[in-house]
Order: sequence, then structure tokens, then C-alpha cells
Amino acid sequence: MSLLDLTVEPVDPSLAQPEPDVPAARWYRQRRLARFFSRRPGLVLSVLVVVLVVLAAFRPSLFTARDPLLGIPADRFAPPGPHHWFGTDELGRDLFTRVVYGAELSLKATLIAVAVAFVVGGAIGLTAGFVGRWVEEGLMRLVDVLLAIPALFLSLALVTALGYGTVKVAVAVGVASVAVFARIMRADVLRVRTMAYVEAARSSGCRWYSILLRHVLPNAIGPVMVLATLDFGTAILAVSSLSFLGYGAAPPAPEWGTLISSGRNYLANAWWLSTLPGLAVAVTVLATNRIARALDGEWAKQR
Amino acid sequence: MRRYLLRRLGQAVAVLWAAYTATFLILDALPGDPVSAMAGAGLDQAPVDPTQLAALKKEYGFDKPLILQYVEYLGRAVRGDFGNSVATGRPVTATIAEALPQTLALTAAAAVLAVLFGTGLAVLATYPRHRFLRQLLMSLPGLGVSLPTFWIGLMLVQLLSFRVHLFPAFGNDGLRGLVLPAVTLAVPTGAQLAQVLAKSLSTTLDEPYIQTARAKGAGPLRVHIGHALRNAGLPALTMLGLVVGNLLAGSVVVESVFSRNGIGRATVGAVTVQDIPVVQGVVVLGATAFILANLVVDLIYPLLDPRIVVATDRRTPA
Amino acid sequence: MSDQPLLAIEGLRVSYHIRSGLVPALDGADLTVHRGEVVALVGESGSGKSTVAHAIVGLLPANGQVEGGTIRLAGQQLTGLSERRLRGIRGVKVGLVPQDPTVSLNPVKRVGEQVAEVLRLHGLADRRKAALDAVDLLDAAGLPQPATRARQYPHELSGGMRQRALIAIAIAGRPKLIVADEPTSSLDVTVQRVILDHLESLTRQLGTALLLVTHDLAVAADRAGRIAVMSRGRIVEAGPAAELLSHPSTAYTRRLLASAPSLALRRGTATAAPRREPASAGERPLVSVSGLVKEFPLPRVGAGPHSVRAVDSVDLSIDRGQTLALVGESGSGKSTTGRLILRLTTPTAGTIVFNGAEVTHAKGAALRTLRRRAQMIYQNPYASLDPRFSVAEIITEPLRAFRDGDRASRRHRARELLDRVALPASTLHRRPAELSGGQRQRVAIARTLALSPDLVVCDEPVSALDVSVQAQVLELLAQLQADSDVAYLFISHDLAVVQQIAHRVAVMRAGRVVEVGTTADIFQRATHPYTRDLLAAIPGGRALPLAVERNPA
Repeated sequence: MSLLDLTVEPVDPSLAQPEPDVPAARWYRQRRLARFFSRRPGLVLSVLVVVLVVLAAFRPSLFTARDPLLGIPADRFAPPGPHHWFGTDELGRDLFTRVVYGAELSLKATLIAVAVAFVVGGAIGLTAGFVGRWVEEGLMRLVDVLLAIPALFLSLALVTALGYGTVKVAVAVGVASVAVFARIMRADVLRVRTMAYVEAARSSGCRWYSILLRHVLPNAIGPVMVLATLDFGTAILAVSSLSFLGYGAAPPAPEWGTLISSGRNYLANAWWLSTLPGLAVAVTVLATNRIARALDGEWAKQR
Repeated sequence: MRRYLLRRLGQAVAVLWAAYTATFLILDALPGDPVSAMAGAGLDQAPVDPTQLAALKKEYGFDKPLILQYVEYLGRAVRGDFGNSVATGRPVTATIAEALPQTLALTAAAAVLAVLFGTGLAVLATYPRHRFLRQLLMSLPGLGVSLPTFWIGLMLVQLLSFRVHLFPAFGNDGLRGLVLPAVTLAVPTGAQLAQVLAKSLSTTLDEPYIQTARAKGAGPLRVHIGHALRNAGLPALTMLGLVVGNLLAGSVVVESVFSRNGIGRATVGAVTVQDIPVVQGVVVLGATAFILANLVVDLIYPLLDPRIVVATDRRTPA
Repeated sequence: MSDQPLLAIEGLRVSYHIRSGLVPALDGADLTVHRGEVVALVGESGSGKSTVAHAIVGLLPANGQVEGGTIRLAGQQLTGLSERRLRGIRGVKVGLVPQDPTVSLNPVKRVGEQVAEVLRLHGLADRRKAALDAVDLLDAAGLPQPATRARQYPHELSGGMRQRALIAIAIAGRPKLIVADEPTSSLDVTVQRVILDHLESLTRQLGTALLLVTHDLAVAADRAGRIAVMSRGRIVEAGPAAELLSHPSTAYTRRLLASAPSLALRRGTATAAPRREPASAGERPLVSVSGLVKEFPLPRVGAGPHSVRAVDSVDLSIDRGQTLALVGESGSGKSTTGRLILRLTTPTAGTIVFNGAEVTHAKGAALRTLRRRAQMIYQNPYASLDPRFSVAEIITEPLRAFRDGDRASRRHRARELLDRVALPASTLHRRPAELSGGQRQRVAIARTLALSPDLVVCDEPVSALDVSVQAQVLELLAQLQADSDVAYLFISHDLAVVQQIAHRVAVMRAGRVVEVGTTADIFQRATHPYTRDLLAAIPGGRALPLAVERNPA
């Protein structure tokens, strides 16, 4: 209330400030962005973590010169140290190398999962929200049913049907979040659809497709993008849970969930084997969640 | 009220039917049937006789057209018969009924812990006047939802079972055996609850009626607990209804970590050998839990919020 | 001791912390309120008047901070007092009547309980007595059937009744001062007047001083013994009401007085904007509506009606180049009528003829012709412009929709249109968020003009704006009509505003048009009792009786 009070209305109809020329505007924007990040060290760190994970997924050799599959028997169960940052496993393979190489499979699975949820869920939500009537009824009842089945059970049922493997697990995880995406997308389409500017566009003669593409979609997609970022973390956790249970990549291939799982047999004598890959997962999820929060705030402010 | 309950029951049955149909479509309509899979699994022992395979398929009804299979299965499921486990040959209902008590104890304990910790943390995180303390407490739920559940379990086992020998690492024995699994399962749910409740509390505290209360001369504790919490609790309650099913599903991971018997482990076993009837039964159980939880939440809602009258839809406050 | 003021604010400075730094809200405000007196604090949005109100009760928002100056209440310094001590003051020494009654009561607690809470908090009564006293207080606040109301929840009460409950809360602790922060701005005019009457008599009866914070100079003129005018964080002028109104000493107050529509109306100086002569007889009206009905389905709740009639057999006609004002309180169906005429929603029954063609069920090409010839301006310029679009894109959207001209010519047209609504060309590349409310409304007007329509439906186009901006926008609308012969359907709750712009007025109540006539007829010879009620509710009546009443034309 008092914040609204602060928007000072210049009595003069001409603008209070002259229009900034373009380079000055860009400089101003850059400075604002710099200040935004400098006040959020956690966010900067999160972006850095995500960049590192993506790099590791595409160019693991940037981080380590070792082979993730090749063990040195003499170095079995070496604890973390300067030589082996994360220690070694029961075959003498360097755990850090395996975590780095594991990023590829984990990231790939996560991206597939999020893409499936985003595309399918988004399309369902958009159609339901925009078309309305019986189409909406039907689609949303379907979504209700998907929502009623706990996500992990739904994924497990899909894994049972599809079989094992990283991609299949990823699809199973993605399908399990379709319902959530559809709901958010629909809610936001409905929210935007009632906005006065959408009706204004309609009353000034815009056709339905141009209203959908120019007004509704751009203004409704924000929360869904935030959800996608958030779902990134959820998907990493879900994929690693399924590979922990043994439905992911076949054993020698490094994948974060599998790494944690194979380390559990040595919990008592080699703590690092489960702990450190788990930390890698946790840090990645924390980072994406932090970014999602920043995006959420930004979108909220823009609205 | 009775009509409302009847209507809700009708809705619940409809959702259950749809959930059953969905799992049927996923599990039975997709290529690959469990009998062939079993035969395939036994490949390295002895070659399977094709006639024997056909007989097996016939026994389980996999030779019929899909729609007939569906009708037949649905008819049996309505009578509480989900068929027999392909792996053990025992009725699915018996398998589930046997495993259920262990899992119920686990999820109930986890739910209680989650609600206690989640509410406590949310209230604490929005109460202090110190910005730093508030931010520190506020960051805890975010941490909680970022940790893999199975990893939390492994860490607890490593610290409290192997290092300190406080709790048993494995098995189903007694209350002491329940502590670590319940805590593990409670962390993500509790953290989620704390996130929702803390956010809702801080928006509620900005509401004009909170200012009215403060203008009366009410102190911070009274404002927080007496005025804000009940209003802020509504979205958290809705969320709780939504995640109860996840709590049950979470038992899959937790029971595997702690080698506990229960629904979760039965599910893992069933998925591994493509034991479709058991998976189907478990999925329907999960949907039932979800529906029941939401029914309970909907019945509690009007008690907390007078704007909602039972017998109308929640979306249209009277 | 008796000449010591009850409330003395000296040199108060308050700032708000926001992302980009400190924003001063109060810059040395001085204000005194004596015992038993009614003081009005008047200012436009952003003037800092609400900040003063909140600072007195020590309830600035979390990012607000007192930087200097003092607030004394009955000799006791309030600034710098601990939260605990302030709690002993709120409710018993100062009562607050908040801005929006619909959101200021706790929705999950019974009304009586919320009134009783004041008594319980300050140990003025035990549980049982507090409950009984609460009923008496609700009664004193003018709530009918107080015992029943006390057991109800806020959502079961109307806005006006909720404001009475909040008044009961404010007087419960028998404070010496009540701060009322825009107590009736969100209520209908007729309710507004009754509530203010009651609040005034109640404070007089109790001997309580009242600080009335309002944006409406006319309300202040009616109610206050003294008026303080605020602008940009300072009190620019203060004095006895009659004196300040008749001889304002600062330019700001003069301008505020000049632009307050209800005062202008009362004074008979309403600068009637340039108006076109009434249409010659025999010319066909641009729009004629007959027997218009719109029913909305109700959610099915047991027995009871399945639908509600928002618009109930309405007949209207709008002439070319003329303004028809549609006046009514909230829920009267006036906005729905406007949307029906534009075919943004489909009527249940009746006919709409636009430009000689029936458009009641028009589809395809016919509907597009209507879209081209009739446009709309919305109440809230913050919601009616797509936040992602630049001003240029917003203005040229209708041209784009009708494939009117190429990119360059559209751009040229946008410049021209901006010029017509008196905005500089530099506005073209800005986004709505960078503009003030008045500027946004100008952009919205420019958009409606893009296709040179015959009819513009203006749905409360100025009610979200400050009075001085309001006057400018009204002038602009009138000027555009004089230039381009556009007809307006001007929807408003504010008769004073309507008087400045309309040729004819239709008064709506509960979905029906109760009276139609020329503006002069409605203001001077209203026949329907409801129209008379509305006229009487225009504030400013005590300070200045209606000019048209004094010297009927």
C-alpha cells in the first residue's frame, strides 16, 4: 500500500526524464545487472556450478585426464587426497573422474525428462486454458488422474513397461511431471486470459491466434519456465533415485545415482564412495533451485 | 453433508478407475508381456518350450485381445482381485496386505515428523527480528529439498549406525529400527512443507488484517500464532494432501536403503522381474492413498476456513 | 495543559529502503491535532499522507524508517519508543480505521471476537464481558443486529458493514485519537456518505479527535474543521477548512481545488469541456440498444437461482459525436452493458444496432467491422497494456490486426497518435512499466484512436488516476471528441466527473436503467429517488451546496 504510494505521478504530462540514448541505456542495463549479481553471491556461485556441470557433461576431459573406466588395482580404496580428489573405488578407479564423466549421463537424462514434461505438459495446459469448454474438462480430468498416482510409482510403472536404461528412465521421470506442468500452464493461461490487455487486443480486432501467440503465451510462459528450472532439480533427484534402485545405466558406466548406489556396500570402510557423488548431486540441485528462485523473483517483479 | 460425501466418494471411484485404466494402458498395452520376459530371464538355464509358453500366456490371459483382457481385469479388480503375482504366484492383494503394515508405520511416523519439523521450522524462520537468523533458518528447507533421499539415508546410516552405533542400519526391528528410515523419509516432505508454509506465512504477515491486529496493540507472538498461522496454514494443508502419496512412494527408496520389508521393497522386486500385476496393485494403492488424503484435507478445510462451506466446491467460496 | 495539542508532529522525516536505495516519503512534515477536533490530511498518491498515518501508530512497513522529527501524543513522545511500549498505545491511545475494509478483518475469526480482542489485549474486560461489550461496540458503530453480526465471519458482511466493524475496533479502547486512512475510498458513494456521517457523529459523541486521511478534497471540506494539504512529503498548507477552501494560499492547493470535480460541480465552475452541439433531430443514432439482457450462470448451490441478471432489459441510444454517461454503483451492470455493446460478451436477449446494422449476433466480417469501428478504454491503465510491449507496439496493434498500412506508415501513425494525446515521441520505445498512470491512460487512448473509431466505450477511464491527472485526461477526451466526432459511452460511478463530459446521462441500478436524460436534466430535475440519492452523496455538499441547486438555470 505504501509502496504504491511511492509511485509519484508527475503532474506535467510530458515525461519527467528525457529519453536516454541507446548506448547509455545499454550501459545502464549492464550496470543494473552487475549490481543485481554482486548483491547475490549465492546466485553467482549457482550459475558457476551449473556452467561447470554443463562443461563436464560435454567436455569431461577439461577437468580430468584420467579414464573413468580404468582402475589401478594398487590404488584401491585410496581416501580423498591431493592425488585422488574424491578418492578411489574398489577397482582403483578415480572417483572424481567418474563423477565428472557421470555428469554426461545424468545431465542428458535430466534434460530429456524436463523436455518431456515441459513440451507435453505445456501443450496440454495451453490447449486446456485457451480452448476451454469440454476440451479443458477432458484434458484436466486426465491430468487429475496422472496427479493422483504418486510420481515415483508412475515412473516405476513406466520403467516396468519400457525397460531399463538412462533414456527410458528419463522419459519415465518426465511423464511423471507432465501433470504439474499442465496445471501451472493452464492456470497462467487462464490468469493472462482475463487480463484487460487481452480483452483490449480482442476489442481492437486481433484474431485469436495472434492473441495467443503475441499476448497469452509470452505472458503466461514465465511461471512455467520457473517451474522448468525447478523441475530440473526434481528430475536430477528422480533420475538418480531410479538409477540408485538399479534401473538406470548399466554398471560400468558412471552415472551419479549408480555411483552412490555402488558405494553403499563400502559405507563402513570407504565413506567417500557414496558421500561425494551424493554431494555432487545435492550441489547441482541446490544451484538450479537457487536460479529458479531468482527467476521467480524476476518474473514476479515484471508482472 | 451426506450427499457431499457420496459425491466425493463417487469422484474417488472415478479417479481410481481412471488410474487403473492408465496403469493398464502403460503396463499391458505396451509391447512385451511378463510371461515372455520371465521366459527370457530364464534363457541361460534352459530353452523354453514354445507350447509351454503359449500355455502360460493362456493361463494369464495374455493371448486374448487387449480390450477383453482389460474388461476381464477390471471386473476382477472391482471385486478386489488384482490377479496373482507372476513371480511368486501368490495373490497380489495378499502380497500387499502383508507388506502394508510395515510401510504404514514408516509413512505415518514420517508424516508426523514432517508436519512437526515443517511447521516448527516455518514458524521459526518467519518469527525472529534478526534478518540474518531469519535468512539462515529460511535456507534450511531449500537445502532439505535438494538432497537425494537415499543419500540422506546412507549418510545417517554411516554416522549413526556405523560410527556411533546408535541405531540399527538395517531391518524392521522395533521402534529403534524405525527412527532412521522415518527421519530419512520425513526430510524432503518436511522441507517442502516448511517452504510452502514459510512463504505463505510471510505473505500473510503483509495482509492488511495483520496491520489491523497490530493496530489493536497485539504483540508479535499473538499476531504470528493467533492471526497469521491459521490463514497461512491453508495452502500448506493443500500441499500436504498432495504429498501424502509421495510419502508412500518414497518408501520404495527408503526401504531399499535400510533393507526393510514393506510395500517399497515389494515394488522394487516386482519392477525388476516385470511382475505386472503387483506393480498395478501398488499403483492403485498409491492412487487410493492420494485420494483418501485429499478427501480428509477437504473435510478439514471448512474447519479452518469459514469461507468454505462443505457441500460446495472448494473453488467457489460461498 | 489544555492548550497543548493532542497530537503534534514536527519535522517528521521517513524514508523507505528499496532496491535502488533510500526513497524519502516524508520530508519534514508538521501537523497538529487538538482534542476532539476533526483534521483532514489531503494529498494525491505519493504525497506521503498514508505514511503519516502509519507513522503515528508506529506501523510503518518493514522497509520504512523514521529518520528524524518527533511525534507527540498527549505530550508523550512516540518516535523512538520500544515496540513493547508502542503496543500499550495502539488501540487505547490511538485507534486506526484502515483503508480497505474488505481485506482488513481476519477472514477466519468471528467479527465479535475481533472487536473483543482489543478489550482483552489491554485488560479492559474479561472474556465474557469483552464478548458482551463487543456487541455494544458494534451497535455503537451502527451495525444493525449487532448480536447476530458478532457471531458471523467477515465474508458474510458487506463492505460497509465491515467498515463499521473496523470502526468498532478503533473505538473499543476509547482512544483519544482515531486515524482513519482513506476509510471509505473503496466503498460506493452512497455507503461512503453514511459511514462518514456515522464516524463523525460517533467521534463527536465520544470526544475523540479524528485525523481523516483522504485524497478527496471535497470529503475533507465536508468533514473537517481544519485541513492540511500534503504534497511530496510535506504539508504545504494547513488551516481552518472554510478559509483554506475560499482563500487557498499556495498554488498547489489552488490547483487541487480547481481539479476536484465534485467541488467544481458544487461551485458551478465545472469547466465544461468543448462540447459539440446535440445531434439534429432525425439523424439516426450511432448505437441503439433495446431490451438488452445478460444473465450469468451461478455456481449451483443447492436450491436458489441458477443465474443472475446483471443487465435487465436495458434500452439506450448513443448519437454520433456525443457522450452518453452510464452511471451506477458497483454491481449495477454498467460495465457489462458496455462490454455487451462491443460484443465482448454475448447478450442473453435484446438487440444491438450499430451504425444501422444489427450486430447482436454478428460473426466473421460483420463482427470485424464492429471491432474496427468501436473501441474500448479500461479503468486500470496498469492492466490494459501488455507489459511486454513497447508503446509503439501497443498503439499500432489495431493497425496490425487490420493489416492497415506497412511498418513504416504504422510507425508514422504511432508518432502522430502520441502527439494527439500529448505525449512526446520519445515515449514510443518505452514500456508501460516506465510510465505513470496518467501517461499509460494516454497510451490506451492513443490505441483506441488508431483506427479512427465511431464509438469508444470508456470504462471508468479516470477513476484510477489522481484528481489533477483526471482533469487532464477528461479534457483530452473532450478535445478528441471535438476534433474527430467520436461518440463515447462513458461508464462511471462518479457523477461529478460525468457532469464535466457527458451530453446525456443514464443512471443504472441493479441491472436496470432507472433514469435517462440530458446532463442538465439529471443534475437539476432528477425525478428518480435513486438519482437524487446519488446526487446528494457527491461530497462537498456541506462546504458548498450544489451550485445548480442554488441558481437553477
